[in-house]
Amino acid sequence: MVPIATLHYLVVAAALFVLGVIGVLTRRNVVIILMSIELILNAVNLNLVAFSRMWGNLHGQVFAIFIVVDAAAEAAVGLGILIAFFRNKETINVDEIDLLKW
Amino acid sequence: MFLNHIYLIPLFPAFGAAMMLFFGRRLQKATVNAVCVGAVVVAFLFACFAVVEYTHFAHGTGQPFEKIVYTWLGSGDGHLNFLKKDGTAAAFNADFGFLLDPLSAIWLLFVTGVGMLIHIYSTGYMAHEGGYYRFFGYLNLFMFAMLTLILANNYILMFVGWEGVGLCSYLLIGFYFHRKSASDAANKAFITNRIGDAGFLLGAFTLVWYLGSFRFTDINALARSGHYLVGDPILTAAALLLFLGACGKSAQIPLYVWLPDAMEGPTPVSALIHAATMVTAGVYMVARSNAIFVLAPTAMKTVAIIGALTAIFAASIGLVQNDIKRVLAYSTVSQLGYMFLALGVGAFAAGVFHVFTHAFFKALLFLGSGSVIHAMSGEQDMKFMGDLRSRIPITYKTMFIGMLAIAGIPGFAGFFSKDEILWQAYTKEGSAYHFLWLIGFATALMTAFYMGRLIFLTFFGKPRMSHEAEHHIHESPKSMTIPLVILAICSVLAGWLGLPHSLGGSNRFEKFLEPVFAKEAPMMRAEEPAQLAAGKKEEEHTDPMEYGLMILSVGAAVVGLGLAYRSYARAGKDYSEPIAVASPPLYRVLYNKWFVDEGYDYIFTGRRKLGDVRLGVMGAGEASSWFDAKIIDGAVNDAGWITRAIATLSSWWDKWVIDGVCVNGPAILARMMSYPARLFEWGLVQWYALVMVTGLVGFAVYYVWK
Repeated sequence: MVPIATLHYLVVAAALFVLGVIGVLTRRNVVIILMSIELILNAVNLNLVAFSRMWGNLHGQVFAIFIVVDAAAEAAVGLGILIAFFRNKETINVDEIDLLKW
Repeated sequence: MFLNHIYLIPLFPAFGAAMMLFFGRRLQKATVNAVCVGAVVVAFLFACFAVVEYTHFAHGTGQPFEKIVYTWLGSGDGHLNFLKKDGTAAAFNADFGFLLDPLSAIWLLFVTGVGMLIHIYSTGYMAHEGGYYRFFGYLNLFMFAMLTLILANNYILMFVGWEGVGLCSYLLIGFYFHRKSASDAANKAFITNRIGDAGFLLGAFTLVWYLGSFRFTDINALARSGHYLVGDPILTAAALLLFLGACGKSAQIPLYVWLPDAMEGPTPVSALIHAATMVTAGVYMVARSNAIFVLAPTAMKTVAIIGALTAIFAASIGLVQNDIKRVLAYSTVSQLGYMFLALGVGAFAAGVFHVFTHAFFKALLFLGSGSVIHAMSGEQDMKFMGDLRSRIPITYKTMFIGMLAIAGIPGFAGFFSKDEILWQAYTKEGSAYHFLWLIGFATALMTAFYMGRLIFLTFFGKPRMSHEAEHHIHESPKSMTIPLVILAICSVLAGWLGLPHSLGGSNRFEKFLEPVFAKEAPMMRAEEPAQLAAGKKEEEHTDPMEYGLMILSVGAAVVGLGLAYRSYARAGKDYSEPIAVASPPLYRVLYNKWFVDEGYDYIFTGRRKLGDVRLGVMGAGEASSWFDAKIIDGAVNDAGWITRAIATLSSWWDKWVIDGVCVNGPAILARMMSYPARLFEWGLVQWYALVMVTGLVGFAVYYVWK
């Protein structure tokens, strides 16, 4: 067996990141988009923790905590926007947010 | 006393005319008679006394009596100054001035005398006509104008009279204005006269520009001073222009056409105006201007030639006319031609003498014809007369005397004056004058023939009138016959005043007029006394040729009368004209007056078209209107079309180029360029996310590749 190096962690994080981006770009459901954004953030967290293990200090982990806090706040705000949006439009299909379309 | 107040003579008839103008409607016939006829009688008596006083005044020197009553135009302070041809300043002066010299004395006497007789005659002739007071008012106005013309001392006052007689001629010819033929004739007279008047005015102004004065005394003095050469071109031009005026007034070729038509007026009008007085105004004017004419031999030749041509031309037309007055009208034109022939060959006194005698016998003939027409209940056509001599004896006898006078039978007035003219024409230096004599001689033959024809058709032969007309024939009242008798006596006696030396007389008439006329043009000073002496001697001898010509003229008259007697004295209902039998086309031409009126209609007035084209005045009008409608309006229309085309072009340019390209273009460009820009603000959330990711990837790639 190959020992699990930092690279493996980064690849997993990248994969998660890409999945998250794809989800943001592709999904119609606003809730799923928010979830994808969480996924992106979490992938970044994983990336930071991996680098923290690599360098042997706690900088990465501290920054990851910051990102978790930020993710939580963002989720709260995002859900607030989602609810306001739903109250106006009676749908959660992001394709229908097109009032700025010409 | 009478001479000093000579200006009153025209004012008597003027007063009569004014009375008629203001009060005529309400007056009785007797009052009209008293005022108007009385005015002329007073004028005549006054004139007689004035002339007698003048003879005392002048003592045979012929010095003119001039009296200026009022300065009309021009003044002493020179504000009407003008520049003469030679650059010196001259004052423009035309005053109410009256001139009495032998020439105007003669005219004065016969105008007032014959005028008086005709006024008396008119009281009888117009007794049954309407507009009695109007007639006499116009007649008096005419006398006023004619007397002003005669007594004027300058061209401008003469022109006032000149125009006045033209106006009265118009008013009197068109007296029966409700008849179209009469009013047309009046128009024709006035317009033809006007053409002559233009010549008169231009001539007068040429003279004043060249010589500096309008007054006859001044002009005579300047012309006879020797300062101007014979044949001076400006004086010739002035003389020809003045003669044009005379042609209009005295009915010479080419302006004679109004006189025959003027017979539309009442017969006394024809007698007074168109026989005795107005038509002689032209002769008077030329005689007055003799000093100028003598300096212009070309003008004199023109006068003589036109006079002779007119004489024979009018006589030829008179041969075949049927209207009694028309024959007399053409006879007047013909005799006026004689007068101008005389003036043209330098025989001024002979011309004036003929005017004098002609006034009497022509007035007599016209008044006699009026008496005939009166007797025939208005019939004027000689075809329907005949055998009147026993029925209207006084008229017949007086008219017969008049006919003898005009034909030139010795003993009667016309013989002496006509013969004098023919003799002077024959003896003038230059062979061409023999030809003029021949024309005059032929005319005398024709005159005798047509006058004989007139008398024989009217008074001899078998009666050709309808039965009712025949019953109505009556001699005219005394008011008409007495003037006829008086004029007949004058027709005999007047001639003896000018009895020539050849027949034992002293030719008092010519002597009386001698101071007025310059016999020859002023020669070089040195030659003058000798020349005059030689000339005087010549006068006293009598050339046997004169007797020969006299016999020839009498022979012509007798032959003419004889031919007329043969053809007409026994004319029945179906008499034939010898000329028509001999040559029908000639008869047609003569009867239609040589188609001159028609010719004038084609050429000058434009009343008849030559094919499709109209010439003359009306043709010019048509041409102008064509020009205006087609060319000027066409130009206007084309300008409008061009404006419209330009406007259309402009609007196209504005719509497609300016609006399309310049205004809409940038807009379209902006819109096209906005398409990609819009993509940045789609409004789709996930698109924004995609853009962000793309940027991120770009950065990442950039750094990796770095």
